[in-house]
Amino acid sequence: MAKLNMVEAINSALREEMERDERVVILGEDVGREGGVFRVTDGLQEKFGPDRVVDTPLAESGIVGVALGMAMNGLLPVAEIQFDGFLYPCLDQITNHIGRMRNRSRGRFTSPLVIRVPYGGGIHAPEHHSESPEAILAHTPGIKVLIPSTPYEAKGLLLSSIRDPDPVIFLEPKRIYRAIREEIPQGDYTLPLGKARMVQEGKDITIVAWGAMVREALNAAEQLKEDKVEPDIIDLRSISPIDVETIIASIRKTGRGVIVHEAPKTCGLGAEIIALINEKALLSLQAPIERVTGFDIPVPLFKSEHYYLPNPKRIVTAVKKVMSF
Amino acid sequence: MTDCQRSIHDLKNQKWQIEDRGVDMSLWEDYPPLKGKMFQILKPDGTLQPDQKNPLDDEETFKLFQKMLFIRMADQRALILQRTGRMGTYAPIFGQEACQIGSTYALQREDWVFPAFRELGATWMMGVSLKNIFLYWMGYEIGSRAPEGINVLPVSIPVGTHPLHAVGVAWAAKIKGEKIVTVAYFGDGATSKGDFHEAMNFAGVFKTPTLFICQNNQYAISVPRKSQTASETIAQKAIAYGFDGIQVDGNDLFAVYASTKQAAEKARSGGGPTLIEGVTYRFGPHTTADDPTKYRKEEEIESWKPLDPLTRLRLYLKERGLWTEEVEKRLIEEAQKEIDQVVKEAEAVPVPGVDEIFKHVYAEMTPPLKEQLDYLKSTLA
Repeated sequence: MAKLNMVEAINSALREEMERDERVVILGEDVGREGGVFRVTDGLQEKFGPDRVVDTPLAESGIVGVALGMAMNGLLPVAEIQFDGFLYPCLDQITNHIGRMRNRSRGRFTSPLVIRVPYGGGIHAPEHHSESPEAILAHTPGIKVLIPSTPYEAKGLLLSSIRDPDPVIFLEPKRIYRAIREEIPQGDYTLPLGKARMVQEGKDITIVAWGAMVREALNAAEQLKEDKVEPDIIDLRSISPIDVETIIASIRKTGRGVIVHEAPKTCGLGAEIIALINEKALLSLQAPIERVTGFDIPVPLFKSEHYYLPNPKRIVTAVKKVMSF
Repeated sequence: MTDCQRSIHDLKNQKWQIEDRGVDMSLWEDYPPLKGKMFQILKPDGTLQPDQKNPLDDEETFKLFQKMLFIRMADQRALILQRTGRMGTYAPIFGQEACQIGSTYALQREDWVFPAFRELGATWMMGVSLKNIFLYWMGYEIGSRAPEGINVLPVSIPVGTHPLHAVGVAWAAKIKGEKIVTVAYFGDGATSKGDFHEAMNFAGVFKTPTLFICQNNQYAISVPRKSQTASETIAQKAIAYGFDGIQVDGNDLFAVYASTKQAAEKARSGGGPTLIEGVTYRFGPHTTADDPTKYRKEEEIESWKPLDPLTRLRLYLKERGLWTEEVEKRLIEEAQKEIDQVVKEAEAVPVPGVDEIFKHVYAEMTPPLKEQLDYLKSTLA
């Protein structure tokens, strides 16, 4: 066991899987010699050579488009899109081709690839470096979308993603890339795709969060101890498909809920989760569900970023409001 | 695969085993795109350019003429089916037969073809059945599935997005040491797209065994070639990406075949990608939903008619004693019969069960999809 942060955990997943399976290749901007702008692929080109860890031209749509071709011809590409804001040019390839290839060809051609994207705010980055596009992706058929929230989660989920026969978009909360260290088993372990994780079990209210927001929710829970409120905290981790069962089971127990995400409020995943709760557990609710989210504005430059990002204070306020019913 | 398709594959395989046909390898030097000289072997009057020879023998030439005729008739049939409400929107290839039959004849069975949406001839030549192709346009998902062992991708409607896939497959082949070639077909309009640029750029940088075959049919729906790019030729764009490009007479079966063969051999031997611009003309509408009288004059169409790819082949074959009115009549009758049968079979295919639209979205159906399918089924009961 070694104590690793998320960057190191992802690196170790990639390194080990590339050793195990020669079909795994990495491609992206600056992933080779530089080891990625966040150093996630550090040392991998040195170890596996420039044919397996490829510095591509600066072209995001090209990266994922050729990754699809590679996947169709028997490789397992792990593409890196350098920042969330640069994922948008890939949406054509993702929605029109990557997510559809299996379906369109009736299973004849498939896209077993992973697209890794550092995402979200909170690191005082320039414009276009703090986006949370998960709802757009969740709305896209044929792909799976994952967001890890700890180093342990990141390694296990990434290994499962590489081995999954379907295309996976793997959004890495860059804000907590180096914020958490935890014990990571050496070697192989996987975590199931499509399953949420109960981070902390309580009884009074359900808080659903993902990525960097899980830590915010945990901090909020600390503060809520004073008020003797014990929340269930669910790390959604699979954005698509959503693990409805885990959410509903918790809501049935608590009767109350708060959903936390960085992405803009309107048509964010929180809205979908509330709709699912309404469909399946409305009569268990004792209060309207609250959302603590970003706003329907571009992510502000970093001097004002703190206004935008959900924080423990806003979560505590929302929880108290829901508890007041 | 129909007998018709099989015979051409057998013929090809046989040829490859017997000899390398020794096509002149100096095409790229003789026809630099910026010199504005188009590669042509067979002139519209059915005679050969004085310094050129037919790269195909008589048997092959006749066979390919037969294929082109068959595909033209299949294309016309599709149009009729659409007009009578038996097929959905369809993109006809009328006029582009040489581009597609000639280029695919230069490929090998294990090569990969990435069509746009006007590649009836190319996909059929690679071994996708006419029935499957018709089924796609008739609204059946199964029409997009190429048979095992035939590496033809489904139609790609988002213009210019699929050359990237051809580069990716070729790149993987290179890494795995497979001696295959990938071919992306697209039109002049696609060359304006960002993904076209990215595909050409990646192919150049990684020297992938990829052929970019642009069927410059003069129009992207209504926008003429001159408004699409200020480049004098499309072929010259290859220069910017560091590989060979060539402009060929796309209505000349021999030139298309010879240039594709040479490009494929180069790619297979590690020489990297090539851009081939086949200059051709779309005699029909963009799709059956389009009215070309809005944007082009009858005189223009008339001016292209003497350049028809089939006309010059007839003249050539006639001169060789291989074509007569009777022969044509027989070929047409045979083709009609085969196409009749295909249409009959396609129209007999039942509407698929509702499971079909859900079951291939993921390798294993996800719980939300399963729930949605169950709901949908309950509404159908």
